[in-house]
Amino acid sequence: MNKRFFIGIAISLVFYGVVQALISGEILNDFYIDTLVMLGVNIILAVSLNLINGFTGQFSIGHAGFMSIGAYVSAIMTTNLGYSFPLGLLCGCLAAAVAGLIIGFPTLRLKGDYLAIATLGFGEIIRIVWLNNDYVGGAAGLNGIERVTNWSWIFFGVLVAVVVIQNIVKSTHGRAMISVRENEIAAEAMGINVTKYKVIAFVVGAFFAGMAGAFSAHYFYGIAPTSYNFMKSFEILVFVVLGGLGSTAGTIIGTILLTLLFTYLQDIPEWRMVIYSMILILTMIFRPKGLLGNVDVTKFFKKGGASKNGGTTTTP
Amino acid sequence: MTFDYIVQQLINGISIGSIYALIALGYTMVYGIIKLINFAHGDVFFVGAYTGYFTAKAGLGLILSLIIAMAVCALLGVIIERLAYRPLRNAARIVILITAIGVSFLLENLGIVTLGAQAQGFPDIVNKSTYTLWGDVTIDSIQLIVLVVTVVLMAVLQYVVHRTKIGKAMRAVSFDMEAARLMGINVDTTISATFAIGSALAGAAGVVFAIMYPSVDPLMGVIPGLKAFVAAVLGGIGIIPGALVGGLLLGVVETGVQSIPGMSLWRDGVAFAILILILIFKPTGLFGKNVREKV
Amino acid sequence: MMMSKKFIAVTAVLTATTALAGCGSKSTGSSSSNGDTIKIGANLELTGAVAAFGTSQLNGIKLAMEEINSAGGVNGKKLEVVSADNASKKDESTRTATKLITEDKVDVLMGAAISGDTFAAVEVANNKKIPMLTPSATNDDITFDHKKNKLNDYVFRACFIDSFQGKVMADFSADNLKAKNAVIYTDNSSDYSKGLAKSFKSEFESKGGKIVAEESYQTKDTDFKAVLTRIKTLNPEVIWVPGYYEEVGKIVKQAREMGITAAIEGGDGWDAPQLVDIAGKENLNNTFISNHYTSEDPDPKVRKFIDAFKAKYNTVPDAMAVLGYDATYMVADAVKRAGSTDKEKIKEALANTKNFEGVTGKISLDKNHDPVKAAVVLEYKDGKQTFNTKVQP
Repeated sequence: MNKRFFIGIAISLVFYGVVQALISGEILNDFYIDTLVMLGVNIILAVSLNLINGFTGQFSIGHAGFMSIGAYVSAIMTTNLGYSFPLGLLCGCLAAAVAGLIIGFPTLRLKGDYLAIATLGFGEIIRIVWLNNDYVGGAAGLNGIERVTNWSWIFFGVLVAVVVIQNIVKSTHGRAMISVRENEIAAEAMGINVTKYKVIAFVVGAFFAGMAGAFSAHYFYGIAPTSYNFMKSFEILVFVVLGGLGSTAGTIIGTILLTLLFTYLQDIPEWRMVIYSMILILTMIFRPKGLLGNVDVTKFFKKGGASKNGGTTTTP
Repeated sequence: MTFDYIVQQLINGISIGSIYALIALGYTMVYGIIKLINFAHGDVFFVGAYTGYFTAKAGLGLILSLIIAMAVCALLGVIIERLAYRPLRNAARIVILITAIGVSFLLENLGIVTLGAQAQGFPDIVNKSTYTLWGDVTIDSIQLIVLVVTVVLMAVLQYVVHRTKIGKAMRAVSFDMEAARLMGINVDTTISATFAIGSALAGAAGVVFAIMYPSVDPLMGVIPGLKAFVAAVLGGIGIIPGALVGGLLLGVVETGVQSIPGMSLWRDGVAFAILILILIFKPTGLFGKNVREKV
Repeated sequence: MMMSKKFIAVTAVLTATTALAGCGSKSTGSSSSNGDTIKIGANLELTGAVAAFGTSQLNGIKLAMEEINSAGGVNGKKLEVVSADNASKKDESTRTATKLITEDKVDVLMGAAISGDTFAAVEVANNKKIPMLTPSATNDDITFDHKKNKLNDYVFRACFIDSFQGKVMADFSADNLKAKNAVIYTDNSSDYSKGLAKSFKSEFESKGGKIVAEESYQTKDTDFKAVLTRIKTLNPEVIWVPGYYEEVGKIVKQAREMGITAAIEGGDGWDAPQLVDIAGKENLNNTFISNHYTSEDPDPKVRKFIDAFKAKYNTVPDAMAVLGYDATYMVADAVKRAGSTDKEKIKEALANTKNFEGVTGKISLDKNHDPVKAAVVLEYKDGKQTFNTKVQP
C-alpha cells in the first residue's frame, strides 16, 4: 500500500465521479451506459482469466462456465427466491469460487492442451446442467430479472477485481504463481506449493467470473444457457491474449478495444465478424505477445526502473 | 432391451464414431507435428462439404467430388499455414491457438457472407441401400462406406508417417524441429505437407458427412469439429490409431447414453465427463505416451 | 526498430479497416433526414448461432419496405429500415435495442427473431415507450408476463404463440388421424420447440391420448439414429417433432430409412424450401405441419409475394421471411391508422389491429397483443405442401 496505489485509486474515483455526473446529467444516453456495463463485465472476466492463464500459466478455456454459475445462482436468489441483490451477488461469487475449487483440484494433474480441453469440458457440462434443468427455465433461461446493476456497481466491481488481483500478483503469492508458470518443476524444487497456487488462481479467478456473471444477469434482463457456451470462453480468452497475457493493463486495454470494435462494427453486420477475425489474426501475427505484452504500464508512472513482470513465455 | 436392439445401437454408434474419427485424423496429424490445436480444422471441413455440394450440383459423382474437395481443402490448408501459422512458428502456443480461432471465425463468417447462413440440402449422389443383417438389425451402404473410408485412410496415414520419406521427415520435425533442420530436412515443406494431408482429410470428411447427413451450412463444422477434437484427445492427440479409437469410443458412448430412456439430454454431458475422467487417470489420453518432463 | 515498424503497420491496418467499416451504409432506406421518413429499427440475429433466422427475416422486411415505398410510402412518408445485428446474444440484443432507440431514434422496433433475444429487448421497449413488434418470437410470456400477470404494453407479435400450434396439432392428431399414442421429440436447446411440445402434450392427453416417450435432441445435431431406433421399438402412431427444418429434415430422413412409417408432425419451423432437399420427397409423405399459410396457395396475394421474393432473392421464402414481411406491413398499417409517428398513437394502433390482411392470413391482435389468426394444417405429398384443414383459433 504505497503512495502510488492511493494515487491510482484517487484517479479512478475521479473518473467514476465524472462519469456518474455525466449519467446523472443525462449527457450520456442509455446506449453508452449499456456499453460501459458491458465493458465492465468483460474487463472483470478478462482480468480474472488473466490470473489463471496469464500469471499462473494454467491454460483454461472454461471461464464462461464460472460466469454462468455466478449469473444463475444470483438470479435464482433474487428472482426465484426474492433475496436482495447484494446477497445474491455474494452467493453467486461464492458458488463460482466453489466450482473453481472443484474444477481446480482434479485438473491439477493435467497440463497445457489437456488441461484446456478438460476445462472446456467442465464449462460445457455446467452449461448442459442449466440447459436440462427446468427450475432455471431450460433453454429459455431465466427472464424478467430486475435491472439492479448500474454504473456504480460495475465500477466498484471492476475496481475490486483489479485491486485484489493486482495485489495478489504483486505479492509473494503472485511471484510464486509466476514461478509456477515459468517452470513448475523449478518452482516445486524451490519449495513452492504448486498445487496450492494453482488452486488459489482457479478459485479467485472463478470468484470474479461469477461476479461478472451476476452483474450481467442483473443488467441485461435475462440469462440463457447459450450465452455461456465455449464460444464465450474463447471470447474471454481472446481479450486476454490480445491485450497481453500476464499484463493487467494490457488485458484491460485489449478488452476495451475489442468490445468497442465489436460495437462499432454493428452497423455492417455482414462484415462484422470477418473484420473482427482479420484484426485478431493480424494482431497475433504482428504483436504475438499481445498489444501490451511485456509492457508494464505502471512503469510510465514510476520514476526510474520498471518492474518487468508482464509478458508471456513460450510453453515448453 | 433385446440383443438386436443393443447390436443396432452399436452399429449406430460405430457409424457416427467413424465420422468423428475421420475428422479427428486430420486434427491429430497436425497436432502430432507442430503441437497446434488447429481450431480451423472444423471449418476446413465445412469448405470441403460445400465444395462437394457444388461439384455434386454440377453433376459430378462421389469419387470426383471427393477428389476435388480434398484438393481444394489441401490447398486451403497450405494457404492458412503459410499466411497465419508460419509467421508464428516460434511464438507461444496460446498465440497460435488464438490465431487458429481467428482463422476459424474468418472462414465461418466469409462463408456466411458469400453463401448465406441458411442450410442447403445436399444432392443425392450415392444410391443408398439398406441391408438387413438379421431380424430388425440393419446397416446401410453409407454407414459402411464411412467406416471403410476411415479405416483405409487411417492405414494409409499410418503408412505415410511410418514408412515413407516425408513421414520420416514429419516425425523428425515433430521430435525436434531445430535438429531436423540441422539434419537437412526442409521443415517448412514438411509442415506444409502435413497441413495439406490433414486438410485433405477434413475435406474428405466434409463430403462424406454431407452425404450421410444431407445438408450444408457455414457453421456445420463447429460441433463435429469440437466432437472430433474430443475424440482425438480421448485417444491421445498426435497418435493416429488413437483418433480412430477415440472417435469410435465417443460415438458408442453418445449412442449408448441416448439409447437409455430419458437420458438423451445428457449425451454431451456424459461424453465430456468421460473425457475428463480419462484425462485425470491417463492424462495424455488412452494411447498417449507419458512423457517424462526434463528439468 | 523492427517491432515499432510492425506496430505502425498494424495500427494502420486497424485504422483502415475501422474507417472502412464506418463507410458501410447502415440504413437501407432512401433518405436519412428524420422528418420525412418513418424509421423502423430491426434488431435481428444477423451473425452468430441463429444467423439463418435473422438474415432470412431481414430479407422479408426489406422486400416489404421496398414495396411499400414504391407504392408511395405511408402517410406520404417513406419507410426506412435501420438494421442492427445482435449477434444472436441476449446481452447484445438489449444493447442493440437501446442503440436503435437512443442513437438511431427509430419510431418502431422490430425483432428479434427468436424468443430469447426478444426477451432481452422487451424491457427496453417498455422503459423507452417505443412500440416493438416481433415477427417470430413465439414464447407466450413475451407479450404478457404470466408470472407477474402483467401486459407488456409496448410489445406485440405477428406470429402464433407456442401454446396455439401445439394444441392445433394435438387436436389434429387425435381427431383427424385418430391417433391414440404419440412420441414427442423436442429440440431441447430451443424454447420454441419446448413450448410447442408442452402444449401438444397437455392437449393430446386431455383428448385421451397417451404420450409413450419424450425425447430430446439439440440444435445442430445431425445423427438421430440412437433415439429413433428406440422410438421404433415403441411403435407410436404419431411422432411430434416441433423443431426447425435443418434438424427435422434429417430426423424425417433417418426415421424413414429406418423403416418408421408413423405420421411425423411439426409446426411452422418446418416451413422452408430446404426441408424437401434435406429429407427427400418420398420420405416426407405422411408428415403434417401447422403453418400460417402455404406457399402453394393460389391466392393472388400469396402468389405475388412468392414471385416477388423469388425474383429478388432467388429462393422460396421460409417461415421467418414471410413473418418478417407481414410484420412490416402490420407496422405500416398501424402507422397509417395512427396518422403520425407519435409512439403512443402507433402503440394504440398496433393494439387495435383488426382483420389485417397479410400473406399469412387475416390477423387481429387480442388483448394480450397476440395475433388471432387461423392456422392451416398442411400435408406433404411428394415434396409439395398440400392443404389439409384449416383451424380457427
